[in-house]
Amino acid sequence: MPHHEPMDGEGLPIPNRINAKPVRKTGQIVAAVIVALLAAMLIKGLITNPRLEWNVVWKYLFNENVLAGVGYTLLLTVISMVVAIILAVILAIMRKSLNPVLRGVSWAYIWFFRGTPVYTQLVFWGLFSVLIPKLSLGIPFTSVEFWSINSSEVITAFNAAWLGLALNEAAYLSEIVRAGLEAVDPGQTEAAQALGMKRSQIMRRVILPQAMRIIIPPTGNETIGMLKTTSLVLAVPFTLDLQFATNAIASRIYKPIPLLLVAGLWYLFITSILMVLQSRLEKHFGKGFEARRVRTKGDVPPSTTDSKIEKQDTVNKDNQATMLGLNA
Amino acid sequence: MSTSPATPSAAAEPAVKAVQVHKAFGDLHVLKGVDLTVAPGTVTVILGPSGSGKSTFLRLINQLETLTGGVIEVQGERIGVKRVEGKNGTSYLQTLTDKEIARQRSHLGMVFQRFNLFPHMTALENVMEAPVHVLKMDKREARALAVKELERVGLGERLDYYPAQLSGGQQQRVAIARALAMKPDIMLFDEPTSALDPELVGEVLGVMRSLADDGMTMIVVTHEIGFAKEVADQVVFMDGGVVVEQGGPEIIDHPKEARFQDFLQHVL
Ligand SMILES: Nc1ncnc2c1ncn2[C@@H]1O[C@H](COP(=O)(O)OP(=O)(O)OP(=O)(O)O)[C@@H](O)[C@H]1O
Ligand SMILES: [Mg+2]
Repeated sequence: MPHHEPMDGEGLPIPNRINAKPVRKTGQIVAAVIVALLAAMLIKGLITNPRLEWNVVWKYLFNENVLAGVGYTLLLTVISMVVAIILAVILAIMRKSLNPVLRGVSWAYIWFFRGTPVYTQLVFWGLFSVLIPKLSLGIPFTSVEFWSINSSEVITAFNAAWLGLALNEAAYLSEIVRAGLEAVDPGQTEAAQALGMKRSQIMRRVILPQAMRIIIPPTGNETIGMLKTTSLVLAVPFTLDLQFATNAIASRIYKPIPLLLVAGLWYLFITSILMVLQSRLEKHFGKGFEARRVRTKGDVPPSTTDSKIEKQDTVNKDNQATMLGLNA
Repeated sequence: MSTSPATPSAAAEPAVKAVQVHKAFGDLHVLKGVDLTVAPGTVTVILGPSGSGKSTFLRLINQLETLTGGVIEVQGERIGVKRVEGKNGTSYLQTLTDKEIARQRSHLGMVFQRFNLFPHMTALENVMEAPVHVLKMDKREARALAVKELERVGLGERLDYYPAQLSGGQQQRVAIARALAMKPDIMLFDEPTSALDPELVGEVLGVMRSLADDGMTMIVVTHEIGFAKEVADQVVFMDGGVVVEQGGPEIIDHPKEARFQDFLQHVL
């Protein structure tokens, strides 16, 4: 054993620090070698297979129509998810309301939009201005009318596309939000009530931030799902999204496989970005939960007089030390 | 039953007055006529076996539950309902609005067995939350107040710690500071030390003792008989939804009722 004086993070010596070598795990090494071999074979196959026509992929990867498709697909995903999340929170809160009318409306909404295929809903939104040519606000069964507009001006193909996606998605998300709200300890509400907070404040400041921790991972899933569901907007029909753009090129030049690869690569790229965003959000809303000594910048370390905290620290530093040991 | 009008009249007005309080959860009749008067500036300790309705009684005072029967007055004002004049000289009871309930609650601070700190906020943010969002206090002012309250419970060095980074005893002291920041006239404690490791009980009781010394009106549900003997002005023993025995702290050493004697034997 090398004999330099082992120290902890605060410069105090730790006598007889354990520096044991981790036990060798032969199984893991064998598995790693096999996986590496398979991966190499796969990559070689992908690169050298002439039928994949990588030169065509490369030629169209940054094609103007393809890039516009990426833009529209992203736009549709973001708009419909944002609208869906807002609607979902409202629906979930309505579902837990004391007012039976609000509860009923929320239930019926979820029942309808979860119960019919999104493709059907998109077709419906596409036909909206044919079915209902004029939108108006007035008193039913009378000629009183405050405001009206032609449907075709409002429900354009693009609007129909995100509207259809958002309304459908909200039904699924609201169940996720509801599960998140219900997972928060009722003691939190009681403590907030005892402090004199209003119902809306309790929801916004106490319940929702804690529920977010539970809501975000499945919502990330839904967002990535939405990215690919946008390809269904051809039902509206809206024809500028990534899937449609690459399909159009493929049928023009009779090369379906390389253009599927183009679309696939872009979907993968966007998914990767979304995953980074998700982990950022998870970190933000996880604060206080996985908290072990998260200190704000400029904060002087408090003089530790508390045994519990000290114990935790020691454990942490041990972990760090082992990590470093493995890397070295 | 005649209830006095809601005017802050004499100084001798009780902080809390409960008359024939009943509470039923559906068919389960939990409180069966509880009478209790708490004078301002005094400490009342409620003892009793599990399920006797101690928590329920505290929660009624703070309107976390609604009263089934009887009257509770806080500083002379009837809580939960008000009498409204109807047509031709009749009158009826009406439940209060959320706003009125919030105003009545503002006189009361509550400390829970399981702390119920907001886990996504630091100790400082926990204590600042209500002053900023309920009292609409300026952020800087609220921060100064929160620091002061946390120092008062001995946690001036733990301001930026999250609850998960604090020991149980420290969490409970943050919870006390959080309640105190709202400047309540009366503090309710529901078994504040029951969830703590034995070596951490002392620090929380110490904070409560100094609060009592400062003249805070307190109603404390606890199994800490030593604390009751030392700090209480009034001791109440509840069992089966009624007050079985009550008096000064000396009744702990000389219980009259058989049920109280029995209980003390099991606790001590
Ligand atoms: N929300 C509720 N719904 C139904 N029953 C309840 C509810 N809250 C309390 N109870 C019942 O009321 C009775 C009294 O409960 P309470 O919590 O007041 O007792 P306690 O004296 O505080 O007991 P402990 O020492 O265990 O805390 C128990 O039988 C309990 O099951
Ligand atoms: Mg209890």
